[in-house]
Amino acid sequence: MYLRHGAFSYLPELTDDEIAAQIRYALANDWPISVEYTDDPHPRNVYWDLWGLPLFDLDEPDGAMHEIDECRKAFPNHYVRVLAYDAGLGRQTTALSFIVQRPAEEPGFRLDRTETSGRTQRYALRPYATESPAGARYGSGADGSP
Amino acid sequence: MSDDTKNGAEPDRWDPGVHSYASMGYYNADYEPKDTDVLAMFRITPQDGVDPIEAAAAVAGESSTATWTVVWTDRLTANEHYQAKCYQVDDVPGRPGEYFAYVAYDVDLFEEGSIANLTSSIIGNVFGFKPLKALRLEDMRIPVAYVKTFQGPAHGIVMEREMLNKYGRPLLGATVKPKLGLSARNYGRVVYEACRGGLDFTKDDENINSQPFMRWRDRYLYSMEGVNKAVADTGELKGHYLNITAATVEEMYERAEFAKELGSVVVMIDLTIGFSAMQSLAYWARRNSVLLHLHRAGHSTYTRQKSHGVSFRVLAKWCRLIGVDHIHAGTVIGKLEGDPATTKGFYDILREDHIPTNPGNGIFFDQDWASMPGVMPVASGGIHAAQMHQLLDLLGEDVILQFGGGTIGHPMGIAAGAEANRVALEVVVKARNEGRNLLKEGPDILRKAAESCRPLQVAIDTWGDITYDYTSTDAPDTAPTASV
Repeated sequence: MYLRHGAFSYLPELTDDEIAAQIRYALANDWPISVEYTDDPHPRNVYWDLWGLPLFDLDEPDGAMHEIDECRKAFPNHYVRVLAYDAGLGRQTTALSFIVQRPAEEPGFRLDRTETSGRTQRYALRPYATESPAGARYGSGADGSP
Repeated sequence: MSDDTKNGAEPDRWDPGVHSYASMGYYNADYEPKDTDVLAMFRITPQDGVDPIEAAAAVAGESSTATWTVVWTDRLTANEHYQAKCYQVDDVPGRPGEYFAYVAYDVDLFEEGSIANLTSSIIGNVFGFKPLKALRLEDMRIPVAYVKTFQGPAHGIVMEREMLNKYGRPLLGATVKPKLGLSARNYGRVVYEACRGGLDFTKDDENINSQPFMRWRDRYLYSMEGVNKAVADTGELKGHYLNITAATVEEMYERAEFAKELGSVVVMIDLTIGFSAMQSLAYWARRNSVLLHLHRAGHSTYTRQKSHGVSFRVLAKWCRLIGVDHIHAGTVIGKLEGDPATTKGFYDILREDHIPTNPGNGIFFDQDWASMPGVMPVASGGIHAAQMHQLLDLLGEDVILQFGGGTIGHPMGIAAGAEANRVALEVVVKARNEGRNLLKEGPDILRKAAESCRPLQVAIDTWGDITYDYTSTDAPDTAPTASV
């Protein structure tokens, strides 16, 4: 399967130039950038691991691109996403989020059903990847690296 | 409005009999509205020979304390405090015989947090008043003092995005079609295909409740099967607006509880259930962490005609106070009524925190929402993927774009229709962020994306030329000019 997550997951993978263009748009809006990674793609897994603190006060995308590269190097088989944060009054939430790296193989999700009364079912979604311990998914190394 | 003189002289305020509304204090050109007053702007069309100022004063009177004749019991009250006051009457530009009348109401006139009470006052008796040919409530200023007595949206735009974990793009939906006749199993198939293809939401239509061909419980079970399978296929959260509209509020609570039990992120109500039922369900929605979608079924019976009724911009304000999370607010370019400037005014009212006066968009008062969360507008009705650049340009990012026919009618199937819409949406958002001119380059951007997305190419080939280009009924009559 192909994980649909973030604003551009139905488009071809963004090139680094395209990623930089999106970051430039965020910076023009005064949205700080942060980089996050995970090996648990469950859609309710809100808190991906932080790759450092948000990058405040950037003028150009270069600094963010550097951090994205460092994160990719450290976790070459994880999902990596970029977030832009809008601290404006009335928003104070994420303004944009998109994937900048995904594992080569994405095994997808198992849908478990538990039948209960009145023909109702309890649904549970399990990423196949999370059957292995965190850090040992999508690759052989303990940190996810091959 | 005769007999307002006695032997040629103005009667004393408390002389028995019939006086002019203006003379009783319902018109006061010197009145300066207080920050806490509820303000209303009516378009009035007096009967021939009726003085516009007297007609406007009558509207103020009949929507507050007045009855047709003097009553001595008014003297047992602080009468002037409770009187609504018309403080300004303007000609409507280009519409002879029509006037814009501004009326101020002290906030004491209204029960805290009750749209039923507010509307019973403002649009209660007065719309049938004989000396007027027609009457339209064009806009209202809800003072912060009154705003703060309402819950407001159960969750609002920001919380909805955090709940769904979706940022930086409009959301996508589709109404299941045909709206009547599908069995529960077939209905759930449409939900599944549309969601797995790339939509965020599917939707029951307004008149899908619990008919002989498909009872509500069965629809909920099969729809949630479709939603959950699609979530597993894609790894992103989805929902189906389960319409809980029913004959009684008790029955609606039962349906809402079942939707929650099944794990639905959203339920839906129709405007036809009434303001108090809407407000009850908005409280329920907040208590239970379920989004509340409103379908404005029936609104055009009173919002569409310019001379009589209630403008949708007023209804939009009431609905934000009532506390829905979604409301249909027009597409501009689709099959249903929607002048661009007027629709922009509606969207601002629903989403912004402070909306300045802008008669060009039909906004006649500054409106301050005091940080009350915004309502997500829904654009639905006769729109398709080839218009995506226009939709983003006109409606912005905090909107749900709903393509019913434009998804389900796709020649390659429902999932392909959904994918076409999703790819079109993402590519225009990406292009906008890159600084490209959507209105100029949009068609090229979509055509380029279609080179690697066959469903989008087919959507453009099928619907690319479809437009609904009719004159709008409800366009603003701009800036008041001469005072009467």
